[in-house]
Amino acid sequence: MFSILSALAQRIDLLKQVRRGNTGDVIYKVLAYLFGLALLGIVVAIIWELWVQSAFARQEFGISFLWSTSFDPVQAQFGALQFIQGTLVTAVVAVSLAAPLGIGIAAFLVEIAPRRVNAVVGFLVEMLAAIPSVVYGLWGIFVLAPFLRDYVAPWLTATLGWTPMFSGSFSGYSVFTASLVLTIMILPTAAAITRNVLQAVPKEQREGMLALGATRWEMFSQAVLPYAKGGVIGAMALALGRAAGETMAVTIIIGNARRIFTSMFEQGATIASVIAGNFTDADSGAYVSSLFLLGLILFAMTFTINVLARLLIKATSSGPTG
Amino acid sequence: MASNQLTKASGGFQRRKVVDRVMTGIAYAFTAFALVALVWVIAYVMSRGIQVWSLSFFTETTALFGDGGGIYNAMIGTAWIVLLAVLIGVPVGVMAGIYLADFGDNRLGDFIRFTADTMAGIPSIVVGLFIYALLILIMGWNAFAGACALAILMLPVIARTTEGIIRLVPGEIREASLALGLPQWKTMFRVVLPTAAAGIITGVFLAVARAAGETAPLIFTMLGSNFTNTNPLEGAMSAVSLYVYQASSSPYEAVQNAAWGAALVLLIFVLTLNFIARAIALRQKA
Amino acid sequence: MRRMTLWRALLAGLVMALVLAGCGGDVAEEGGTPDEADDGGSENGGDGEAAGSITGAGATFPAPLYNEMFSTFAEEEQGIQVNYQSVGSGSGIEQYINNTVEFGGTDAPMTDEELEEVDVETLHVATVGGPVVPTYNLEGVDELNLTHEVVADIFLGNITEWSDEAIAETNPDADLPDEQIQVVHRSDGSGTTFIWVEWLSAVSEEWADSVGSGTDVSWPTGSGGDGNEGVAAQVQQTPGAIGYNELSYAEENDIPHAFLAPDADSEFVQGSLESAETAIEAAEVPEDLRVSVSALNVTDDGAYPVTGLTWLLIRQEMDDLAACRATAEAAWYATHDGQEFAPPNYVPIGGQTLETSEEFIQSMEAEGEACYEG
Repeated sequence: MFSILSALAQRIDLLKQVRRGNTGDVIYKVLAYLFGLALLGIVVAIIWELWVQSAFARQEFGISFLWSTSFDPVQAQFGALQFIQGTLVTAVVAVSLAAPLGIGIAAFLVEIAPRRVNAVVGFLVEMLAAIPSVVYGLWGIFVLAPFLRDYVAPWLTATLGWTPMFSGSFSGYSVFTASLVLTIMILPTAAAITRNVLQAVPKEQREGMLALGATRWEMFSQAVLPYAKGGVIGAMALALGRAAGETMAVTIIIGNARRIFTSMFEQGATIASVIAGNFTDADSGAYVSSLFLLGLILFAMTFTINVLARLLIKATSSGPTG
Repeated sequence: MASNQLTKASGGFQRRKVVDRVMTGIAYAFTAFALVALVWVIAYVMSRGIQVWSLSFFTETTALFGDGGGIYNAMIGTAWIVLLAVLIGVPVGVMAGIYLADFGDNRLGDFIRFTADTMAGIPSIVVGLFIYALLILIMGWNAFAGACALAILMLPVIARTTEGIIRLVPGEIREASLALGLPQWKTMFRVVLPTAAAGIITGVFLAVARAAGETAPLIFTMLGSNFTNTNPLEGAMSAVSLYVYQASSSPYEAVQNAAWGAALVLLIFVLTLNFIARAIALRQKA
Repeated sequence: MRRMTLWRALLAGLVMALVLAGCGGDVAEEGGTPDEADDGGSENGGDGEAAGSITGAGATFPAPLYNEMFSTFAEEEQGIQVNYQSVGSGSGIEQYINNTVEFGGTDAPMTDEELEEVDVETLHVATVGGPVVPTYNLEGVDELNLTHEVVADIFLGNITEWSDEAIAETNPDADLPDEQIQVVHRSDGSGTTFIWVEWLSAVSEEWADSVGSGTDVSWPTGSGGDGNEGVAAQVQQTPGAIGYNELSYAEENDIPHAFLAPDADSEFVQGSLESAETAIEAAEVPEDLRVSVSALNVTDDGAYPVTGLTWLLIRQEMDDLAACRATAEAAWYATHDGQEFAPPNYVPIGGQTLETSEEFIQSMEAEGEACYEG
């Protein structure tokens, strides 16, 4: 903190300017710095608040909170593992489905579609991101879940039912449904950023390949994609971060079972969903504090993912990164 | 290396062509999938939502039991929180953007810029927890706290958009103004910002669209209410998104129907804002 | 529990300062006119009169009733708006303790430890009673008999198929499908859960030992629904589901509910106004009204054992006189005129329970004055 302040004092060089008579500019500069620092302050305040509010749980359960699976309000025993599992599984499944889809869409927009089509379709895909999470939740449980139950789940049970991943019967509320809705929700993020990254690939990269007589696919898979690899991975990491923090749709759909699950057809819970579903009725200090600690874990997870994603994207593309 | 692979692959020109066709087909199919998902969601919400739209749906207050109700009070709530979030978020966000554009070309600026980008990735539920601990325990349930949470979510978007737009303003305009003897701050507020206004407004519209649909941070700040509360500083209040969430888990058919009606209101509001933002951006380009 | 510390005040101040710096006088102006904001409810909002609106939150069990009751109450001359949010009893107790609401709603009485967290005396004003019934979703099965052992085994995850012999035994005529049982329980802290698991603990040793009782427990199986609403909705939407709901949620949404037997010798009884009333009458209500009827597992003829009371949690001494008066008025209405809305799904209170509740309301005070004015 001190170093920031001293750096601030150096830069502003208040006295010099006041002597020159630019009082307005001094105020302007101070205000601008204050509001810039406010962004920093808010993030620090969020971390600080989560840290303080979770103090009780941190002292009570220690680091083992991370791998404990008990969530028993009666005994006041709390753990995070099942929620970390739910968060990671839904997010990773969603990203592994959204990644090929997103790359395919981005490839269509950049390599195949004429500019007009690119603009319109690109806008429509981004519209998917505009639809509020809670609307996805409503749609997911009343439309997608019955659809999956009638058409997709029987087929999955017949072909993959012997694996633990798709064992048991599908009831609608499940990790599977939540993962699919997440896929659709993060698809625009994955597609739009990949598009930006692909667009930043220099023309020469493509022209060289085409000049060698390569087909469009060969050009894309051997010249464009390898060049943009880091940025594409960054885009997926960003999508992963979004999926991990997504709350409302998941809360409505996942079935809110606070246990470790073995099958995608089972119910589960994510960190975000358990906070949304249980925060207002947490009835003991340990419970409330544990939810704050879960919030801190979620924050740490998404923050780390985001930082890594930004670094990857920054390294490969200088374009705007939504 | 690439050419090496190419020679290997050129074994069968026909086969290479087929692979190319198949891959092109897959790209088409994936794009079609996204568009189908979009149309499926929007069309379904429309077909269900439009059925419950009536005058009384917009003049009655919400109900979570029995025959359902309207969304009058929820719309008032959404109007309040969006308005307050804009009043808080826009000045702070624009000023932060000005900082990044005018004074941000140094290590502190880079750090804050990076913070703003990662801040955009903070889950809204975490912001909700923060505001609960900060304000609700002191003030009790209120809409202002909900608006604060939304403002925090809007900040990074507005700040980064503003920065980007200001940087796009041609240097000559700025230099001309400074040469005329206008101080830096007057140059910014009288010359640069008006030039950049359309772009900033686009950013604000997009931020508002995102905020209007947010639900997670409202659960434990606004709580929800079936009555019309017009005082944002005191007492629980409903919002359209919050009502959709509460009604989505109702067994009452009429309430479920009302949820679709409310979802349609939300959807139209959000999509309209997106279209307007897009139109402004396009006109600016032209 | 969570005290306001200096740094939090500073943070709040900072945010406020940012806001004021950001948007000039706008917010301040709005803050200055709260009276104008109480629209509708402030016809008689003068000094000392009942406040225009109060907020309560908690149990979803009586929520359909409160919803009807309080909307009629608001229309009557008092013009007091009671905003009751059905967020679950666990939340009701928590919010009551944190003083973020004027009153809490719960159908699990507060524990002694919880009562100690409140600096003033807590009144449990009983409003109604009612049965918690096992709702299910089985096509073509209109009547289902479940013994106490079977219910416990289903919720423990020991019985997983509807075609299980233990279920078939008591349902010789039902065409039970070869389907997996989808257990639905509450995901939030709930008095309905409390009533349900208190009974399961009373009838099943395994349940008492491995799961126990409370407003929220560590469920061995099943999916979670938010509120009575959420459980009913999930049961409705999930073929093969079984959950537990307050009677009105089952009746008003045409969800079938099973007959239960309290022990091996008793007959199967379905949850209803009459059978619940019989159970409540058999239970002994203590002076502070904190009683758990279902834990007693009443075996009287025609009594439905999984029955509970629901309460308003009110501070005997409140800070704000106007809010206290409004709360007292609302509580009095709920225990008197509002009782007409109770049937057919809730059991009205009467006798000693009503008298005690009246005494509680009359004892409420704020700023040194009694809040209930008769």
